[in-house]
Amino acid sequence: MPILSRTLERLFFLAAIGSALLTAAIFLLLCQLGKPLFQHGGLGTLLCSPWNPGHGQYGIYPMIVGSLSIAFLSVLISFPFSLGCAFFITHFGPLALRRKLLNLVRFMTSIPTVVYGFVALFLLVPFMREYLTGGSGLNILTASLMLAVLIAPTMIIFFVDSLQRVPLSYRQAVDALGGSPAQQLLYVVLPMAWPGILNGLLLGLGRAMGDTLISLMLAGNAVAVPTAMTQAARTLTAHIALVMAADFASMEFQSIFACGIFLYLFTALLIVALRLVGRLSPRGL
Amino acid sequence: MFATLKKNIFLSLACLLCFSLAALPAYANDLDLFKGQQGVIKISGGTAHIPVMKEAAKQVMSAYPDIRITIAGGGSGVGIKQVGEKMVQIGNAGRKATDQEIEQYGLVLFKWAIDGVGAVVNPENPVHALTSTQLQDIYAGKITNWKELGGIDRAINLYTRDEASGTREVFWKKALNKGDIIASANVVVSNGAMKTAVANDPYALGYVSVGHIDASVQPVSLDGVVPSNETVKDGSYPVARGLYSITSGEPQGAVKAFIDFLFSPSGQQIAAAKGFIPVR
Repeated sequence: MPILSRTLERLFFLAAIGSALLTAAIFLLLCQLGKPLFQHGGLGTLLCSPWNPGHGQYGIYPMIVGSLSIAFLSVLISFPFSLGCAFFITHFGPLALRRKLLNLVRFMTSIPTVVYGFVALFLLVPFMREYLTGGSGLNILTASLMLAVLIAPTMIIFFVDSLQRVPLSYRQAVDALGGSPAQQLLYVVLPMAWPGILNGLLLGLGRAMGDTLISLMLAGNAVAVPTAMTQAARTLTAHIALVMAADFASMEFQSIFACGIFLYLFTALLIVALRLVGRLSPRGL
Repeated sequence: MFATLKKNIFLSLACLLCFSLAALPAYANDLDLFKGQQGVIKISGGTAHIPVMKEAAKQVMSAYPDIRITIAGGGSGVGIKQVGEKMVQIGNAGRKATDQEIEQYGLVLFKWAIDGVGAVVNPENPVHALTSTQLQDIYAGKITNWKELGGIDRAINLYTRDEASGTREVFWKKALNKGDIIASANVVVSNGAMKTAVANDPYALGYVSVGHIDASVQPVSLDGVVPSNETVKDGSYPVARGLYSITSGEPQGAVKAFIDFLFSPSGQQIAAAKGFIPVR
């Protein structure tokens, strides 16, 4: 038995080391493959210059702006709705409805992205074009709205989890003191649950940043730097998907490694932020 | 809005029906090429090729079930890259592989049909004719409103393809005379996606392979010549390119049979039926 457990221990250790090394290796590989680009003009120029292969410019600045604005806008739209929905499920909704709603939200996480994209293409895009944004209807706002729907379930489930983890005795204490449900939520439950809520928020942001299909189908993929929500934009992920098909040896193809590096670093920063939030809040749950 | 939607659904259903009814009688002896062959043929690449590949694969697989053929899209760049890396046996491309690609991978090119690329607008759009200069000015961002072209007072929604697209390359070279394409143009990923985009957007201007033009989009005549099979074939419509199937090294076995089948009367008939100009 001891031999078996020791072997198992070693196996698990190897698995842990392996996946950690793999993550590091992916980053090194990205840097290695993106090397010609850095030599071409340095990472700084690459991150700040426009995309114009016809004139020898392979900068990914427009895509960075596109990615960040679509991701942040979608979180901005999705956050209040998700939080409200989580409150409803944990505190305000009729008991019979709460369970059903939560199940519905869980089901929503399993709908493939392409379905959202396709439905939006035929319903939301014509609506935006005719009544709201003009242009082709393929723009930052359209993509963000759909992305907000996509990331809402993830956020709601996280929020519900952390709201429900507030001990019942605390809430009963508020009841005993004659506090209203709203007071209970605002002064006791929210302060206790906020690290979890922030976690959910950052996770939603990460998901919005990493999604490819919604922005590829709905954001228009234009390479100009967007200056308004009603303009088309290309995200880093959509750029990778679009340029993937280019000639292997071309500079266009090399540029996707720069996108990869940026996405990788951005996600890494998000995770560091998550950890910091977790550490800085001993009070929270 | 819902009227357009309904119309589009109807159109797509109609297309589906046409595809399923358009099974062509093959000359029996052309399929004999596959006698004694078996195995899997993987095909990927140019999206313009797909209708022909599907029909050819269907005929081959119904006659010789031992041969399995898989077809994927991805665009010309993907086709060349994947066949070069030997991930597929046949890579399709709507452009010639570059000399560098041919040399690096030892590619062999087979041009089995010719395809035009035509500008298209939504059927609701009254503008059906443009000159080369107008088209270049629109794509360069100098003309931005349909009003300037005799249409309604709405901004022109420009659609283009990604850098790896063979369709884009020939359109850019021969219709736009290598002029600039404005950075704010929407980018779509395939001929099919372009058609969907233009069919759904009343103010759109895009371009597709002539083989893809159907009732859902309105072809735009260029300098008075409407892009169609006839005008591409007689050379009066100049924006055209070869459709290539590419193998890594000289094809063998079932792959060779498939390439030969594309050049046989049956294969050439399929190409013609799907809206391309056969080479033989």
